[in-house]
Amino acid sequence: MNSPLKFSLLLAISAAALAPAALHAQSKPWEKIPTPPLHDFKPQQPKRIQLKNGIVLFLQEDHELPFVSGSILIPGGSRDEDPAKTGLVGLYGDTWRTSGTAKMDGDALDDLLEAKAAHIETEGGSDSTGISWDSLKGDSDQVFSLAMDLFFHPKFSPEKLQLAQQQAATGIVRRNDDEGEIAGREAAKLVYGPKSPYTRQPELATIGAVTIADLNAWHDRTVGGKLIVGVSGDFDAVAMEARLRAAFESLPPANPTPARHETFSEAKSGIWFINKEDVNQSNIQIVGLGTDRHNPDVPTLAIMNDILGGGFASRLIQKVRTELGLAYAVGGGYGFGYDHPATFRVDVLTKSPSTVEATRASLAEIAALPAKGFTQAELKRAKDNILNSFLFRYDSREKVLGERVRLEFYGYPADYLETYRAALEKVTLDDLNAAAKKYIHPDKLSVLVVGNGPEIKPGLEELNLGPVQPIDITIPQPAPPQK
Amino acid sequence: MPSRLSSLSRSILALALTAFAAAGASAQDLKSFEQKITTKVLPNGLTIVICERPEAPVFSFSTFIDAGDVNDPSGQSGLAHMFEHLAFKGNSEIGTKDYAAEKVALEKVEAANDAYEAEYLKPVGQDPQKLVALKKAFKDAEAEAHKYVIQNEFWEVAERNGGTGINAETGLDNTMYFWSMPENRLELWAWLESGRLSDVVPREFYKERDVVNEERRMRTDSNPIGRLVEQFLATAYVAHNYGRSGIGWPSEVSQITATEAMAFHKKYYVGSNVVVAVVGDVKASEAMPMLEKYFSKVPGGPKPEEMTTVEPKQFAEKTVAIREQTQPFYLEGYHRPDYRDPDDAVYDAIGDIMSNGRVSRLYRSLVRDQQIAAAAQGFSPFPGDKYPGLFAFYAVPLPGHTPQEMRDAIHKEIDKIKTADVSDEELSMYKTRARADLLRGLADNQGLANTLAEYQTRYGDWRELFRQLDKVDKVTKADIRRVAGKVFVASNRTESWIETEAPKAAAKSGGAE
Repeated sequence: MNSPLKFSLLLAISAAALAPAALHAQSKPWEKIPTPPLHDFKPQQPKRIQLKNGIVLFLQEDHELPFVSGSILIPGGSRDEDPAKTGLVGLYGDTWRTSGTAKMDGDALDDLLEAKAAHIETEGGSDSTGISWDSLKGDSDQVFSLAMDLFFHPKFSPEKLQLAQQQAATGIVRRNDDEGEIAGREAAKLVYGPKSPYTRQPELATIGAVTIADLNAWHDRTVGGKLIVGVSGDFDAVAMEARLRAAFESLPPANPTPARHETFSEAKSGIWFINKEDVNQSNIQIVGLGTDRHNPDVPTLAIMNDILGGGFASRLIQKVRTELGLAYAVGGGYGFGYDHPATFRVDVLTKSPSTVEATRASLAEIAALPAKGFTQAELKRAKDNILNSFLFRYDSREKVLGERVRLEFYGYPADYLETYRAALEKVTLDDLNAAAKKYIHPDKLSVLVVGNGPEIKPGLEELNLGPVQPIDITIPQPAPPQK
Repeated sequence: MPSRLSSLSRSILALALTAFAAAGASAQDLKSFEQKITTKVLPNGLTIVICERPEAPVFSFSTFIDAGDVNDPSGQSGLAHMFEHLAFKGNSEIGTKDYAAEKVALEKVEAANDAYEAEYLKPVGQDPQKLVALKKAFKDAEAEAHKYVIQNEFWEVAERNGGTGINAETGLDNTMYFWSMPENRLELWAWLESGRLSDVVPREFYKERDVVNEERRMRTDSNPIGRLVEQFLATAYVAHNYGRSGIGWPSEVSQITATEAMAFHKKYYVGSNVVVAVVGDVKASEAMPMLEKYFSKVPGGPKPEEMTTVEPKQFAEKTVAIREQTQPFYLEGYHRPDYRDPDDAVYDAIGDIMSNGRVSRLYRSLVRDQQIAAAAQGFSPFPGDKYPGLFAFYAVPLPGHTPQEMRDAIHKEIDKIKTADVSDEELSMYKTRARADLLRGLADNQGLANTLAEYQTRYGDWRELFRQLDKVDKVTKADIRRVAGKVFVASNRTESWIETEAPKAAAKSGGAE
């Protein structure tokens, strides 16, 4: 019944604030409301089984609803593909499922599954590919068998590859229509470089170069890796374990995931501009290199993020949105990836004429992190925000399973969340101040503005960030086909 | 595909939820929910629905106001949404250093704004110097009031106490406030929520108006599909407010006043117009008396009068063509009745068969077989369901294909559904998927709270969520042909598209770079 024409209060949230403290003449009636102890809660952990060949199975029983779902995660993704065939893994993810198997082609599979309100899907991501399935309990044996057939015996079809290539081409020719899409993509390139495995983009020529042989080769190369199989829902764990063992136990030893040897450097300071004259709002991205979760400073950085741009009480929202009224969408923070550095990113969307003012205000909040430091009140509030909402990371069995699979995939210990939580509690003001000095370098950030050039007055040169460097986002056109 | 397309089709998913519980699934039928759900109507007319789901020590709530931007008075489009933003600014007890002094300062802000606007709107004889002085007086008054503000204190308290997914949505039909929290904060939430419903302060109103104008720029002005949809609806409707910009026309949303927002609150935020649903680790026997105490503060008052405007029957086919330097897109719509129509489930069936998944008719025809589109779907109702909305179709052309090809191909598929019965398989697939989709929605506190509040509001009884099963089961092939034949006619249609215009070569030259 919900209509899509809805306007929300904010785009995305997490949590933090500037306590105007002191002069509080008013009483605070909410502080008198008791907070009883939380009901006892031990999230149910999935059963983990490591097979002799290295494949890991997770079983999470959940009998609330009569559904069974599962997935197989396969290491390797688009960051590992041949740059001359950028887009291969995306095409693989689409074509795998739509092609189907020798026994049942993709169209027949569609008919069979949809009649049961069931799904089997395949996907190609940045660091992994995978297959997933879900169905009502009564259909779960059959759907599992179909998913296994698709996993072990895909038959990639030239017609379906062509279909996927057409769809990818549509995405490519449309990629400059949406301002936010341009800003997000080009800002990442400023951080990692345009040819990085994390930012290079499919072009009409690179997707056109992908063949059926490429899809088969990719499949053969990756399915022998260390698979992670996760199943959840309304099943009997003993029977399900037997089923999964029968499917996976006899496979040869899994190939180890090769170590990554990537180098990342700090972003270049400066200002870049992309002109788009059909908008009346600028999308401003302030970016730099972030870190990964192996870094012991991550809990401190998480608290710093909450104070800078996490929630509604964060400095960026308080200043740029609430006090100055310059933006609806503003926020950001220092990112941490699981196995490679994420980005530092602050973004703000403001009307063309206030581009310089909003950029300045955001840069000032970033610069204040190392320059002015933090208060005890801010630290306390950020901890409250994060710790009191921490249980929403595991308040459903599905979430617990998802987290365990993620940790297994990236090689983190199973108790990572507990360790992380304990570390958050221990963060001190000194830690925060030291982290801001160590990680926040206002002179090493790249600023990107996508907006309507003629409307941006005062102009970007007023920011004194050096010459404004234009970025050409023209979409390369391959030679026209012969008629 | 661009993600915004999926938001256009979100209504399909939501619609699928209009279904019901599986007959075979014992723990998820109406009977089992009767035992988990407690409903109470307070003396002020406000309805509380509690659903016990103690899977984890958390709860989610949904406060559902039966008023949205369709209720904005003439000249004040965007008001309901503007008020929604105001509801996060606190009240006389939270967000202020000294409410008595702040109240006086806010009255001065309002007077200063009135004086400025009176001069600004003068048709003749506007005095530019006076305007500058009045603007300054307004800014000074605003700065004075700001001294008493504790910025975002309402948010801060909610966030510090574990509030997660804190947000609100204003649609044309209704306004919804929601978040999730640890269960031991239930009473704190009741204090916050009942406080903002009953006691509103126009704090930082004009700054927030600037924020909302930025939201408009992001969603509508700077987004090709946003621009198209606004023009499409404004063309499809001649009388009903569904044709009016929901977020507000720029001139109106930039001149809404705090006085207008307060009047909107007084009229529409009365108990009889509010349903509050709570789902999670909550015991109704303990929680209901406590919630009753807090939510009794919400003023009573008559249910606001219903709208008299009924969109007249369309008799002229209409088109909207936008020529600009973005990629082509096609969108059309046909007027259909509101959600209470006996054929409501028939429209759902048509939407499902035409659009849901790779088996759908539009996918197989336009995407798989003809290979002219990257995506094609039909969905309804749009832009709302409380009043007669549209049955809409859209398609995203592949490179080299035109909106006109999309239109012709969609019309061919529509003709088929008008002239030949759907298959037994298609009809049974719709019924199975509707059942499964409803079930899937029951395992999420927030989703369930939103749905229960909505059904309680729209039907006066949350049980209708499950009873829709009967309506879905009764849909026949003949119903589909009959309804398609009635609605999908040219004189009832508005077509709209984006055509790609070549870049202006002349503007790009201009000498040395």
